[in-house]
Amino acid sequence: MSMYVNCSIAEAKNLSEFKGVFILGEQRDGKIQAVTFELLTWGRGIADDLGCELACVLLGDEIENLDEVILRGADKVFFIQDPIFKNFLTQPYSNAITRLVNEEKPEVIIAGATTTGRTVMPLVAAKTNTGLTADCTELTVDPDTKLLLQTRPAIGGNIMATIKTPDTRPQMATVRPRSAKQSPVDTSRTGQIIVKNYAGATTMTVEKFLEFIIDTTQAVSIEEADIIIAGGKGMKNAAGFKLIEELAELMGAAVGATRDAVELGWSTYPHQVGLSGKTVSPKLIIAAGIAGKIQFLAGMQTSDVIVAINKDPEAQIFKVADFGIVGDVFEVMPMLIETVKKIKASA
Amino acid sequence: MKIIVLVKQVPGTDSVKLDPVTGVMVRTGKDTIINPLDENALAEAIRIKNTYPDVKITAVSMGPISAMKAIKEAIAMGADDGVLVSGREFAGSDTIATAKVIAAAIKKTGDFDMILCGERATDGETGQTAAMIAHYLGVPAQTYVSALEVLEDGVIVKRTVESGFERVQVTFPVLVSVNKDISDTGFPTLDGKLKAKKVEVPMLGNAELGFDKSELGLTGSPTRVVKIFSPKLSRDTIMVKANATMQPIDELMSFLVQKDVL
Ligand SMILES: Cc1cc2nc3c(=O)[nH]c(=O)nc-3n(C[C@H](O)[C@H](O)[C@H](O)COP(=O)(O)OP(=O)(O)OC[C@H]3O[C@@H](n4cnc5c(N)ncnc54)[C@H](O)[C@@H]3O)c2cc1C
Ligand SMILES: Nc1ncnc2c1ncn2[C@@H]1O[C@H](COP(=O)(O)O)[C@@H](O)[C@H]1O
Repeated sequence: MSMYVNCSIAEAKNLSEFKGVFILGEQRDGKIQAVTFELLTWGRGIADDLGCELACVLLGDEIENLDEVILRGADKVFFIQDPIFKNFLTQPYSNAITRLVNEEKPEVIIAGATTTGRTVMPLVAAKTNTGLTADCTELTVDPDTKLLLQTRPAIGGNIMATIKTPDTRPQMATVRPRSAKQSPVDTSRTGQIIVKNYAGATTMTVEKFLEFIIDTTQAVSIEEADIIIAGGKGMKNAAGFKLIEELAELMGAAVGATRDAVELGWSTYPHQVGLSGKTVSPKLIIAAGIAGKIQFLAGMQTSDVIVAINKDPEAQIFKVADFGIVGDVFEVMPMLIETVKKIKASA
Repeated sequence: MKIIVLVKQVPGTDSVKLDPVTGVMVRTGKDTIINPLDENALAEAIRIKNTYPDVKITAVSMGPISAMKAIKEAIAMGADDGVLVSGREFAGSDTIATAKVIAAAIKKTGDFDMILCGERATDGETGQTAAMIAHYLGVPAQTYVSALEVLEDGVIVKRTVESGFERVQVTFPVLVSVNKDISDTGFPTLDGKLKAKKVEVPMLGNAELGFDKSELGLTGSPTRVVKIFSPKLSRDTIMVKANATMQPIDELMSFLVQKDVL
């Protein structure tokens, strides 16, 4: 086993040495993932506020359309290329990113609060001995101190906390997928692609990637979906919950569920929204037969538009809803499904 | 095989109510529970122990003296023993500082094959501590694990990721953070309860771990909370009543079009 590394954050770091903003892009099967383009929006804004360059870091074997990252806002792409990076493995990924950070000394690093970002960033933070704020919904630059202000929900989403990393660099944060729009393509933009080859110790690992299994029930992943149709115990039974799935399929939406609905076996855990499930922030969420307990709200109250259908006019879900329908889901949902079908047919 | 299970004591959220006016969480009780996902991690450790009899499970918790309750509960549910990491110097630590301390405490307890813990805790909800602990121990971290297969010299984990599952094989020693799909949480047994009463749970403080004070608590934490505020919880809700007509649905549709989400 390796040594326990014990070094103090008080160790003076020359803060002014650190310049530039990094975002950590993601790819699967060589395709750049949408979260990368959202991160470019965050990164571009911060880099402009700081008056510095924005670089996108991507790890992979072969990656399609690297240029797109530049057209969408990056000044530079660091492409760390090796067959080992085809799939995510904690050791080679965290080693390689740390090495690049030590070479390039960025002032800020932002990654997605995805399973990858939330795994690799803590490792990079620990390796570079700096702070990391998880799951931010807002990032701004303090106009006076030029520090990155990282705002995130805390205590089940009931409180927002703004956090800074004053004395160490880089300042690191993960941001929730969908908390920013994708940065648009600007074909006039130019930039530089720098390929890094870190073969050797950096890529060594005791981990072996075996396979990726697509979850067909997550045809649309709930964290990345624009629209979520969510159902709770008010859907009565598995057959009733099918109404949720039907509407979701029609609208190209993801299916969400409360913990109760998952525990009753109407849906599965990857679909659970809330404190002990996923945090989602889609453009639209329709919550049907859901009470709106605090643990559920914690996972979805930052959604852009919230629609609630519940027969109880006092249900707490209406407190966070933009549009509420008081009524029986078995009456309202079929009507909604019919209407969407009609709209689709006429489109 | 030695398995360490990390158990964090968190406020029992069942007794938490939402103040509808301020949107602030009101804790109606002083009850604490083991972080739910840590119970799943413990259940998985117990499942492994039931298959491989030479397994020893040690529950480790960092927190105030009252976190002893979490360790005793873990023992009552099937852990063999426990270690409590506690000390005033540790209060106020962020994830980095916490991870350093927990890693040092684990080192003190000797070699291990696997650390099992929750993917995140319900209080801080950072989900960062686990991977950081792995770093300070120099072992790989496997996160978001929903199934685990024990091999001769390591494990195969199934990670639940955005659009599916990843299967990864890794050798011991390893840290594995789990989600809810791993193993259903168990219950205290009579034997376990008796054992929990008897077992002497050692406490580790900074006297034993020997950190420089500058590395602990607030001074050892690179992040600083600068502001806390309540999010705007209530929205201006348009309420309609369902009736047998299509009118409420039509109203909803035009609202969605107006909001540019359709
Ligand atoms: C530590 C902890 C973590 C938790 N984590 C989560 C989590 O991640 N996600 C989560 O969802 N929960 C979580 N919970 C559970 C949470 O407290 C609630 O129990 C749960 O969200 C309730 O689910 P529900 O709204 O589906 O069910 P219910 O509370 O039973 O609500 C059902 C609703 O449906 C309505 N209804 C019934 N019939 C009809 C009908 N025919 N038409 C219209 N409306 C109808 C009712 O009026 C009611 O409002 C957690 C709890 C704890 C203690
Ligand atoms: N103080 C602690 N004591 C024991 N385990 C902890 C502690 N803090 C974090 N953990 C473990 O790390 C996981 C993630 O915690 P967090 O990073 O706080 O979300 C938890 O589910 C626990 O298993």
